[in-house]
This record gives sequence, structure tokens and C-alpha cells, in this order.
Amino acid sequence: MNKVVDHISDALNGIEDGMTIMLGGFGLCGIPENSIKELVKMGTKNLTCISNNAGVDDYGLGLLLQRKQIKKMISSYVGENEEFERQMLSGELEVDLIPQGSLAERCRAGGAGIPAFFTPAGYGTEVAEGKEVRVFNGKPHILESALTADFAIVKAWKGDTEGNLVFKATAMNFNPMMAMAGKITIAEVEELVPAGSLDPNFIHTPGIFVQRIFKGAVFEKRIEQRTVRKRA
Amino acid sequence: MALDKIGIAKRIAQELQDGWYVNLGIGIPTLVANYVPEEMTVEFQSENGVLGMGPFPFEGEEDADLINAGKQTITVNPGASFFDSATSFAMIRGQHVQLTVLGAMEVSQYGDIANWKIPGKMVKGMGGAMDLVASAENIIVAMMHSNKAGESKILPACTLPLTGVGCVKKVVTELAVLEIKNGAFHLIERAPGVTVEEIIAKTAGKLIVPEFVPEMVL
Repeated sequence: MNKVVDHISDALNGIEDGMTIMLGGFGLCGIPENSIKELVKMGTKNLTCISNNAGVDDYGLGLLLQRKQIKKMISSYVGENEEFERQMLSGELEVDLIPQGSLAERCRAGGAGIPAFFTPAGYGTEVAEGKEVRVFNGKPHILESALTADFAIVKAWKGDTEGNLVFKATAMNFNPMMAMAGKITIAEVEELVPAGSLDPNFIHTPGIFVQRIFKGAVFEKRIEQRTVRKRA
Repeated sequence: MALDKIGIAKRIAQELQDGWYVNLGIGIPTLVANYVPEEMTVEFQSENGVLGMGPFPFEGEEDADLINAGKQTITVNPGASFFDSATSFAMIRGQHVQLTVLGAMEVSQYGDIANWKIPGKMVKGMGGAMDLVASAENIIVAMMHSNKAGESKILPACTLPLTGVGCVKKVVTELAVLEIKNGAFHLIERAPGVTVEEIIAKTAGKLIVPEFVPEMVL
């Protein structure tokens, strides 16, 4: 099954105003940066974006925030983006902050056909407001529901024409679960290879979860916190 | 004299045990990795998806695809592994990680912790903190005893939105090591040269002080 689309505009075709989109990445690491730039170009508005972070002011999802293309963000940590904080505190932007592990599991559950699950994370906090509480093994847990999206956009290191994906280091993060949870999943990859070139033993995301794949034109891979040590 | 950040990290490092998997939060907790006793093997987990974290890379060897949960460039030690975020929190929720060290804005005498939000002022999000505190068997909080205005952050009850309830068992500050049990802080050790009176004065929550309070040995 050849899932390759040659042009990025074909890859993102069908994303419309008001849709819910998942975007992989942790901070600026492993984000689908080519697709985000294309969404800026498309000018799609009123998006609900599910992503662990919201980029920085001038990169990643920050680019969509600057242009007010996002109506609602579902994230776990947004500390690196001043424009985000401003829009949230002023009420322009709807924000649902959820614990990182719950966010990951909610995406996984969405892709795995599990409608909800109990977790101890957030019990006794404002995250638990309005949610069912049940005690298991003497410990209170809250009910969290699955997340799905109209489109999931993920970034992989290598991908083949069948949509099989391999991620690199910590650029994996949320990408595998989000690939599972998209009605349509788009993968942008650094290297696109023919089917059979990747060792089936080392596939992270099987191609069944990916509908469209393309080679990203440019990967800037910005570093948020460049920390180094001196050579002895 | 009160400890500096490095002193707090050094004291927390004394709590490590050989063979433990440990998650370190952002800030002072990150420094703990620098003071692992030499004879000990401890593996550091970072919740963005790495086990076996090593030191920062040499200049010019930074890899944008290899970071920790503080978004800092890192390296990995031999035997390291990478995984997705769901697997990472399975390690945490499933109690496969033995110790979590994190910072806090406030801690209560019941072990409640607040560290993610100041209503109307600062909203950064909880990141993985709620999952970590809800599940970890051992949680050590690294924090300052008072805020910049001199008000105690070691409280009868937290005033800020909570991150977790009844979960913190130990707190290490620039002044003291405190254990939390039975609805009170118990003074275990004091920083070198710091008096019990100073600790009592700067602790707003219920504090149990034994007859003899040893000085920390760093």
C-alpha cells in the first residue's frame, strides 16, 4: 500500500477550520515542523490542538498562536511560550491542561479502542473536578477519557512507503500514540525509503496507523536549552 | 549556614540507593545527578522518554533529538533506552521508578504539594508532576524554606492549587531535612550551623522537634 504523497499540500489536504488536530513532539523535539509551517500558510482557523507543549513564541505551535489560528489547546506544559500565557490569562485562548502521563495514555487509549481508564494522577486537584472517582487497592483514582483527532500529524526519523515509522532518541515522545489516535494520520519524515528497506524487527509505529507519508523539505530542529560541558 | 542549591542536591544524593531508577525534576533536583556516590549505580529516567541519562554533551556534540524533560541537550550512558511517552509514564505509574525528586512552591504537613500554578499570574502547566507525585513510592521535595518575601512555604495547608495530596514524605531545604508523617513535619537534620530556633521560626506548619537534632554531614 503506497502512502507517499509528493507534496505537503496534498499531505495536509482536508484539514479545515474548527477541526481537532494532534501534533507530536515534546518541546521543540520531534515536532512536525514542516506541517506546522504549512498550516500557517493554509491559514486554517479555530483549531483545537492536542500537543504536549505549545512551542515557543516564534517556532513550533507558537507560529499558529501568533496568528490566532488556535481556538483551544490541550497540553500538559506551556511554560516556554509567553504569547500562549498572555492569550490564556486574557481568556482569548481556551486551554485544557492535563497531566503529561494522562495525556499520553488518553491518546494511546483513543487509538487502542479503550474509551476511558482510571489513573491516580490528579486525584484531589482541580484536574479531578467533575470526574468520577473510584478506589482501587485502597487508593483513589479518577476516570480519564480517550482522545482522538480528525488528523494526527507526527514526525519520524525514517519512514517507508508503507507508512512504517522509526523515531530517533527522545524525538519519539508523543508521536507513536498520536499516530494511533488520528482518524487520518500524516507522517513527515527525514528519510523516506522504499518498503523493505527498514528492518521489520525495529519498526516503532506499524504502517497501519499511518495514512499519508511525505519527506519533509527542511528540518531546522531548533534546540530550546543548549546545555554543554567543557572538554577536560 | 544555610545550604546553597548544591548543598541541597548533595544532601538528597545521600538518599540514593544502589540499583535504583530515579526521576529528577527541573532545577535543584537535576543537580543531584552530579553527586551520586562513586560506588553506586543509579539510572536516571527522564519522562520525555529516556532511561540511562548521562552528562551534558561536549560543545559541538549537541543533538536536537536528544533532550531531557527540561528540554536541555543531554547524552546517554551505555545501556540506555528510548521509549514513547505512554511507556515512560507506565514506568512511573507502575512504580518501576524507585525515587522521584522534584521542586515545590508549597508543601503541607499532610504531604500535599503545590508546584504548577499561581492563579491569575503564572500558569505553566503540571507537565508530568501530577503523574509522578500520585504514583512514586518515594518522593523527596527539594525547595527553599521561605519565599522571597520571607514567608514560610512549609505550611499547615497549601494555599496554591494542588499537584497531589498526601504524597510527599521527605523535604530537603536550605535549612533542614524534614520527614512528613501523622499530619506533621518532623525535624530530622539541620544544615551546618543552622539553629533549631531558626527552623522553628521559618516553619509555619506543625513541626515536631526531637530533643537532639543532628547536623547534616555533607
